[in-house]
Amino acid sequence: MTEETLVKITESQRCEPSGGLTGDMKLSRRCFVQIVGAGLLVTVMEGPSLGRGGGRGRASMTVAARVRLNTDGTFAVMTGKVEEGQGSRAQLTQAAAEELQVPADRVHLIMADTALVPDDGITAGSRTTPSTVPAVRQGAATARELLKGLAAKRWKLDGSTLKVQNGVITNAATKETISYTDLAKAGEVEELFQQGISSDVAVMNVSEWDVLGTSVPRPNGRDLVTGAHRYPSDIIRPNMLFGKILRPPSYGATLESIDLSSVADMKDVVVVRDGQFVGCAAATSFRAAQAVEALAKTASWKTVPHPSSKELFSHLKEHARTGDRSRPGNKVSVEKGLSEADKVLSATYEAAYIQHVPMEPRAAVAEWSGDKLTVWAGADWPQRVQRDLAGAFNIPAERVRAIVPDMGGGFGGKHSAEAAEEAARLAKAAGRPVSARWTRAEEFTWAYFRPAAVIECKAGLDANGRITAWDFATINPGGAAADTPYAIADKSIASVGTDSPLAQGPYRCLGATVNNFARESFMDELAAAAGADPLAFRLAHLDNPRIRRVLETVAKHFDWPARRKKVTAELGVGLACGTEKNSVVAACVEVEIDREQGGIKVREVCEAFECGPIQNPANLTSQVQGCIIMGLGGALSEEIQFENGKILNAGFSEYRVPRFSNVPKIDVHLIDNRDIPSAGGGETPIIAVAPAIGNAIFAATGVRIRSMPMRGLLLKQA
Amino acid sequence: MDATVIFTVNGQKTTVITDPRRSLLDVLREDLHLTGAKYGCGEGRCGACSVIMDGRRVLSCITPVGEANGKTIRTIEGLADGDSLHPVQEAFLEVGAMQCGYCASGMILTATALLERNPNPTDEEIVKEMNVNLCRCNGYTKILQAVRRAAEKIRR
Ligand code: FES
Ligand code: FES
Repeated sequence: MTEETLVKITESQRCEPSGGLTGDMKLSRRCFVQIVGAGLLVTVMEGPSLGRGGGRGRASMTVAARVRLNTDGTFAVMTGKVEEGQGSRAQLTQAAAEELQVPADRVHLIMADTALVPDDGITAGSRTTPSTVPAVRQGAATARELLKGLAAKRWKLDGSTLKVQNGVITNAATKETISYTDLAKAGEVEELFQQGISSDVAVMNVSEWDVLGTSVPRPNGRDLVTGAHRYPSDIIRPNMLFGKILRPPSYGATLESIDLSSVADMKDVVVVRDGQFVGCAAATSFRAAQAVEALAKTASWKTVPHPSSKELFSHLKEHARTGDRSRPGNKVSVEKGLSEADKVLSATYEAAYIQHVPMEPRAAVAEWSGDKLTVWAGADWPQRVQRDLAGAFNIPAERVRAIVPDMGGGFGGKHSAEAAEEAARLAKAAGRPVSARWTRAEEFTWAYFRPAAVIECKAGLDANGRITAWDFATINPGGAAADTPYAIADKSIASVGTDSPLAQGPYRCLGATVNNFARESFMDELAAAAGADPLAFRLAHLDNPRIRRVLETVAKHFDWPARRKKVTAELGVGLACGTEKNSVVAACVEVEIDREQGGIKVREVCEAFECGPIQNPANLTSQVQGCIIMGLGGALSEEIQFENGKILNAGFSEYRVPRFSNVPKIDVHLIDNRDIPSAGGGETPIIAVAPAIGNAIFAATGVRIRSMPMRGLLLKQA
Repeated sequence: MDATVIFTVNGQKTTVITDPRRSLLDVLREDLHLTGAKYGCGEGRCGACSVIMDGRRVLSCITPVGEANGKTIRTIEGLADGDSLHPVQEAFLEVGAMQCGYCASGMILTATALLERNPNPTDEEIVKEMNVNLCRCNGYTKILQAVRRAAEKIRR
């Protein structure tokens, strides 16, 4: 491969996450989702269908591409989604089992293997619940109807009169039965499943659910507690080597020269240089690292200037694209509302870059057999890994098989699969499989970050304490949850692009984590200026019944009015709410303040969350608890520091993520709203945490901290 | 310079000839294919690589394999007794104390070593012992629940 193509690939990988703010929306449009009647979602796949007669185009998928009936009466169900801890394996298993009318343990879910599964788009944006669950249900429901039809044909009657339960079809009139196992043995099913998935098949109504809506445990849970499951970094192939890559000393640095002969005596090491790419593979990662270290000593680099985190916020402001503020759709003037106001408040909020820090850093194994490539990689979209690798090695996509074994976390941070390409390059040169696993420091430096932000807020209050005008401009994090859910007539909301010094991309709820922090903190400032209780002030401006409900629920469980009265300089309470991705959340927190030491300790978080009908209560509880604790990190301690193109805190000793000792009392209240379709629940619960903490700090101290992470040090200085 | 290291892993006497500076974690994973112990940081700050050595939890990423010479090591692969899970594994499974599960092996072994020493720990003792173990899915609440349940099972 020429250096030119390499650079292009590297660029596209770096740029994709940066552009991911809008890019992901583009991606999700690969699936055309329409609402057909009573909450039934239909997903039409773009791209090749796996079934016979498929091929390119928008042909609807065959049943066989989604569901197979095994001869023992169990089913294999295929999906391109990945499992990274969010619970999709259990949830999609339930979705199929529900429609097939079998217990969950009779469905075996095959995930994220381009040789076996359809392309369900990227695993991101909480889309599994609203897009893939309906697609799987529809495929499974079509399969069920086809099987009923087969039974009906045998009995020579109309299939609509038949009932299925527990994998057995019953003719109510004659009490005759036939099981899926019997039908499977007859051998007609395979042919039958070559039909397209029906777009108007009836799926089970929420009121009839008996597998969905229950806490089905993770199907491969046992393998996780015995160590039997192989994560991407655990994959072992015969004759496999371990790879290490030479990294630039700083962002933007280019390799000018390197002396490969310096490792000529390391005969057991495979060394690859291809333009900017330099890597080594050896029988142990220790040996490969030794070789890379030796090479690094001989490398000379051309470096470029790079802004530091100390000047981050001024950099973001200076480079803000002015045109974005006046983009169509942003109302630019809130002059009328402001001129009618009794009081005008303005404040600027900031948020640092933070990282996802999944426990398993990027990892991949690549294996060539002739010009066919197989990779096992930790990434959010197997088909994209396949396409990227096909492009990188200039081979047709059909020759690349990408498999994503259930992986060790992602949180939006694994959209790109750099390690897969690195492993593939080394494997190609070595003629043996290679495992490339990033170190923690590499993950901290060469993955991407949650966008940093500067958010400018301005609002007017009338004499009655009502908001008359609202002006909100968010620079850099994107428009997620930028619009206010409060009923304000005169408002302007702008999402402003700028130059991001670091590669940035999706995160749990992306920009909503910081946009909601700014808005909900500023709402608290307005409540204080209006002399109103923060809860009453919000409710007075809220029409949205779903947000009202979570807010009222959490206030009741937390005993808000009484605890608000008991606030002292050492003990504060605060609340916040929000909505994103069609789910709603509200949180109340209690913080303990040690002003002298600059200590902020979150003692309790009470949160109410609603995302439509709950599909797996235990998993949703885990997701909400996880979001709350992850939210503590971004709120209080996580911050990427950088200077001269280097990350200064690329390790757990300097970059502080929540630990057991930081875990507060957590009280989660899930609301099962059966009047709407289900929305995803793994992201939105994070957005209320930081502002509720900031508001509690203010309640106790009167100090408003407007920058995430909120450092206790500021309380000492204030 | 390679050295011969002899230790017992999950009841099996094992000899490795390798550079003794390599981490125990790398040797377990790369040479012995015991991939249950995970890499999370390589600097002793996350607990993903926890194994039990002579009855105590050690962080195998910062333990040079040379130091394991003559020692007895238990990894997650050796915890169950055939088909029957260890009570700590059982408790984690019952409580659903894993999301991605990547931290689970380190959590389970750390808890096992603790409970073998102290079958009736207070929450403070559990937190103190396990504070080095990170879970980035932030499933601490359920993990704590699982350790409490495991303690009950062991006392029973
Ligand atoms: S990998 Fe050993 S403590 Fe993190
Ligand atoms: S369950 Fe994912 S890191 Fe703990």
